[in-house]
Amino acid sequence: MTAASPVLSLANIRKVFGGVIAVQDFSLDLYAGEIVALVGDNGAGKSTLVKVISGVHRPTSGDIRMDGETVALVDASSARSQGIEVVYQDLALAHEQTVYMNMFLGRELTRKPFGLLDKERMRRESQMLVDELDVRIPSANSRIRDLSGGQRQGIAIARATHWASKLILLDEPTAALGVAETAKVEELVASLRVRNLAILLISHSLDQVFRLSDRICVLRCGEQIGIRKTADTNRNEIVSMITGVHA
Amino acid sequence: MEQALARLREMDLQRGVIYFGFLGIFLFFAVTLHDDGFLTSRNLTNIVLQTAPATIMAIGLVFALSAGEIDLSFGSIVAVSALSAAVAMQSHPMVVGVLAGLGAGIAIGAFNGVLVAYLRLPSFLVTLATMGLFAGIARSMTDLRSIPVINDTFTGIFGSGKLFSVPSLVLWTAVAVLIGHLIYRNTRFGAHVLAVGDNAQAAQVSGIKVPRIRLCVLTLCGATAGLAGLLYAGRLQAAKYTLGESDLMTVIAAVIVGGTALNGGKGSIIGALLGSLLMGMLNNGLILMGLKVSDQMIVRGLIILVAVAVSLRDTNR
Ligand SMILES: Nc1ncnc2c1ncn2[C@@H]1O[C@H](COP(=O)(O)OP(=O)(O)OP(=O)(O)O)[C@@H](O)[C@H]1O
Ligand SMILES: [Mg+2]
Repeated sequence: MTAASPVLSLANIRKVFGGVIAVQDFSLDLYAGEIVALVGDNGAGKSTLVKVISGVHRPTSGDIRMDGETVALVDASSARSQGIEVVYQDLALAHEQTVYMNMFLGRELTRKPFGLLDKERMRRESQMLVDELDVRIPSANSRIRDLSGGQRQGIAIARATHWASKLILLDEPTAALGVAETAKVEELVASLRVRNLAILLISHSLDQVFRLSDRICVLRCGEQIGIRKTADTNRNEIVSMITGVHA
Repeated sequence: MEQALARLREMDLQRGVIYFGFLGIFLFFAVTLHDDGFLTSRNLTNIVLQTAPATIMAIGLVFALSAGEIDLSFGSIVAVSALSAAVAMQSHPMVVGVLAGLGAGIAIGAFNGVLVAYLRLPSFLVTLATMGLFAGIARSMTDLRSIPVINDTFTGIFGSGKLFSVPSLVLWTAVAVLIGHLIYRNTRFGAHVLAVGDNAQAAQVSGIKVPRIRLCVLTLCGATAGLAGLLYAGRLQAAKYTLGESDLMTVIAAVIVGGTALNGGKGSIIGALLGSLLMGMLNNGLILMGLKVSDQMIVRGLIILVAVAVSLRDTNR
């Protein structure tokens, strides 16, 4: 796995907001088929990194490469066109619209010759995708507001899976979910590994991180503390890396 | 089967009280005002003719509300457009008048849109201000005078004319509703309008150009008000600053009763058409009942209040 070149390579990323250093000197390589967890306390800079990778923020300095080529992720659409998709905690679905319109939000399929929406095809493809990922919803015609939190997050992840060709960023995908729904979403995330995508998972739940990830990267106050293989570390080590207190 | 079910669910959004309300009021007037000629084809056609401008403005407003914005200035735009067209046609051919009328509507709508989309001022306040601003401009344009429109081609196309024995105002209404519905339900633009009103942040991170959508819907409102102004000028064969003055309440009520949400993300063009016809029937019925103008206003106000309350419950369900 590590013999291949990284899908995404971050080198010496630094992001400053006014006087606040949100992230400093951050470097990380992400490989296809791998789940990397990004952990750290509140305000450590995790979301800032996600926003840098998804094109929402430009880094103050540092280098971002995809498949070895330096890329400029100037806005959300340029990151998307590079095959990067983001799953936010709860902000990216339009609740009054149907599942299939959300799945194709901003990228609706149209039909020749008049460029009218191809609802049938969007419906069909959405249904196929949610079936494939085993996201259980009444139908692709359901409105988002009629779905549970877990189903909604399932749709958001299914959408990211559909469009991502390289990398999926998950920023606290289960923060708002109950136990059973969290389990369902975790199952879904784990199943994405076989799709040969790189996955960066942000989570405050160390249990979840240990269940899902291949590697764990720790941030503290914007500073990169270290990266560990999940198999070679334990909770105590990660906790002391996060807090800076040695147990 | 699956497809039919999907259709049904799509309808569900537009169903609401409007169909029942429409039928109920229609039947009520049909029975109680039968001897006063409510049901005559002449009277029914009249209702459609009289509501044509309101229906067309309602289409613009459905787009604006669906995108999470509102336009309160369309009544003033109607007057400015009608007057622009009438004044232009005093010394120029009809085409110039049409362009002046529509152009004025589009320009004012775009002015609202720029302030809302790019300066992020709330559309409620912007259009409240431009409503007053352009009401004033309409008054000063011709010193409160009424301007006659004597161009026969114009009054034919935008007023009393017929095509294959269908009145032109009916044609304008039908075409506007069909095109509006098609754009609203079956184009990417329509989908983006709904997404912006539903969750602007989601729309933005999905690559939808949110400010451009806001600009477009308010410009569209201006355009529909401009067309409404031409239709008034054509039907009345004159333009005056009072045109459109009383449309604010009627059009907003028509749209809300038709199942469009006040806070965006949801709406219906067909519903707005029915809502507008409902308001027209109400006007017509109350006149046929022989109520005094003041009583008409009171009764209409109360009925609209009830209708809006019922449909908002239904829409926010
Ligand atoms: N747009 C911004 N403007 C100014 N400061 C910001 C901005 N975004 C983040 N910051 C600051 O950068 C630091 C890192 O924030 P960030 O949101 O990345 O933390 P986080 O690790 O995601 O925290 P949490 O676990 O609470 O989500 C914080 O000090 C925050 O106040
Ligand atoms: Mg965060």
